[in-house]
Amino acid sequence: MKPFISLENITFSYPDAARPALDGVTLDIYPGSFVAVLGANGSGKSTLAKHLNAILLPTSGRVLVDGMDTASPENLIPIRRRVGMVFQNPDNQIVANVVEDDVAFAPENLGVEPAEIRRRVDDALNAVGMSAFAMHAPHLLSGGQKQRIAIAGVLAMRPQVLVLDEPTAMLDPRGRREVMDTVEALCREQGITVVLITHHMEEAARADRVVVMAKGKPVMDGAPRTIFPRAGELRALQLDVPGATELVRGLNAAGMTLPADILTPAECAAAISEALQC
Amino acid sequence: MLKDITLGQYFPGDTVVHRLDPRTKLILTVVYIVALFTANTWLGYALVLAALLSVAALGRIPPKAMLRGMKPLVFIIVFTGILNLFFTAADDVIFQWRFIKITGTGLRNAVSMILRVLLLVSGTFLLTYTTSPLAITDGMERLLTPLKRLRVPVYELSLMMSIALRFIPTLIEETDRIMSAQKARGADMETGSLIQRAKALLPLLIPLFVSAFRRADELATAMECRCYNGGEGRTRMKTLHMERRDLIAFLLGAALLAGVIALRRLGI
Repeated sequence: MKPFISLENITFSYPDAARPALDGVTLDIYPGSFVAVLGANGSGKSTLAKHLNAILLPTSGRVLVDGMDTASPENLIPIRRRVGMVFQNPDNQIVANVVEDDVAFAPENLGVEPAEIRRRVDDALNAVGMSAFAMHAPHLLSGGQKQRIAIAGVLAMRPQVLVLDEPTAMLDPRGRREVMDTVEALCREQGITVVLITHHMEEAARADRVVVMAKGKPVMDGAPRTIFPRAGELRALQLDVPGATELVRGLNAAGMTLPADILTPAECAAAISEALQC
Repeated sequence: MLKDITLGQYFPGDTVVHRLDPRTKLILTVVYIVALFTANTWLGYALVLAALLSVAALGRIPPKAMLRGMKPLVFIIVFTGILNLFFTAADDVIFQWRFIKITGTGLRNAVSMILRVLLLVSGTFLLTYTTSPLAITDGMERLLTPLKRLRVPVYELSLMMSIALRFIPTLIEETDRIMSAQKARGADMETGSLIQRAKALLPLLIPLFVSAFRRADELATAMECRCYNGGEGRTRMKTLHMERRDLIAFLLGAALLAGVIALRRLGI
């Protein structure tokens, strides 16, 4: 399959920084996949995200989105239309005083016909389950609801890729679940490619593929079931493993023989009850 | 305490006045002001007052709210009244005591000036009472569209206005939070002399400004991600439509202006 986004050996340094934030990243993102990018603070994961829709341009190497080089200014709008980005703080992404006007912002910028904008706004709000709040004032909504509005605001561009830069970092557990369920549904049901930057292992466990960043480079890359059992390596990178995986490791160390590639509490419970019945 | 601040004085409602196109209301407010300053007879003022009261009644604006809006103006009204009353030079003296002299012209001038100020302010209040700040911004933008030819960034100005309105509640919330944080560290913001209290505000204002700049930066990035590149080639989801009620409103406005002009000509 042809990758939708490919990063070709890119490096990037912030002005006056001692070491580059990205140091030779080569990565392909395939259409329809759900990729989680993990990494400790300062590992370059947010910098990486900002390269995917030309917010930042690589110092060397190149980024191709749907075959377009992010370095050419004339590709800017077509690239941003294809790759939508959602940030950490929902308050700082909402432009308008009414939810539906905010969702309409991007298609209005793109010069879409009013009737088509209406359709896209309704579809986007529907996709994030916020249709009932179309006429509400954003500042009266909860954090999780605001973040879903921010996602709808990006979906109204009809992007192929959704990049989310720690979208749940400022949310309570309930808001986090709302946002993650929405994101996963967008990927599984609508076929939107998702790139999720996170430091929550439970969120990363829901992806198809996990990329672990350290010191500006991807150091591990694979399915969650192959990455998380490598707890020692992850811990050396100041990362945890999901709670269920951690429990299985502890039980195995104490003499049980459970499969090591367990990710969710449900799987863990099933494996333990099966082991106890024998 | 900060939560009580209401922005503008919009009274949400669903009356004919509320439903009028914001452009109609903006234009009619101007027509109303012109009519008010054209009027120079008592009958003229009465006509303007009648127009004002009927719009207020149609918009179901509580009379109390209209009066409350006048409160901050008491000083100006008294001041204008006194100036006109005592310092109008004319011969038709009706009262004199030592150097204080009241003339008939002065009395008439004072009353008519007070009436004008009251009618002017309550007329513009009617606009803000029945039109949300956002609708006013929208209406302004569309009315000023011809200025785009003169390279006036009309769209950008109205976007700035609406973003400012959007962030007021967010920043108020933030102010509340910083205030609590500083109080928890022993900051005293409510006692002391005026200068001391002004100084106590610094630890509140500095973090607020820093955070506002950070917000602005993040918002700008988020807007770029949503393909914002100025007002050029932009479309709108909601287009304003003039309806029959707008036409009727314009006709009534024209009638008011014509009536006032006729009264002025006739001098009654």
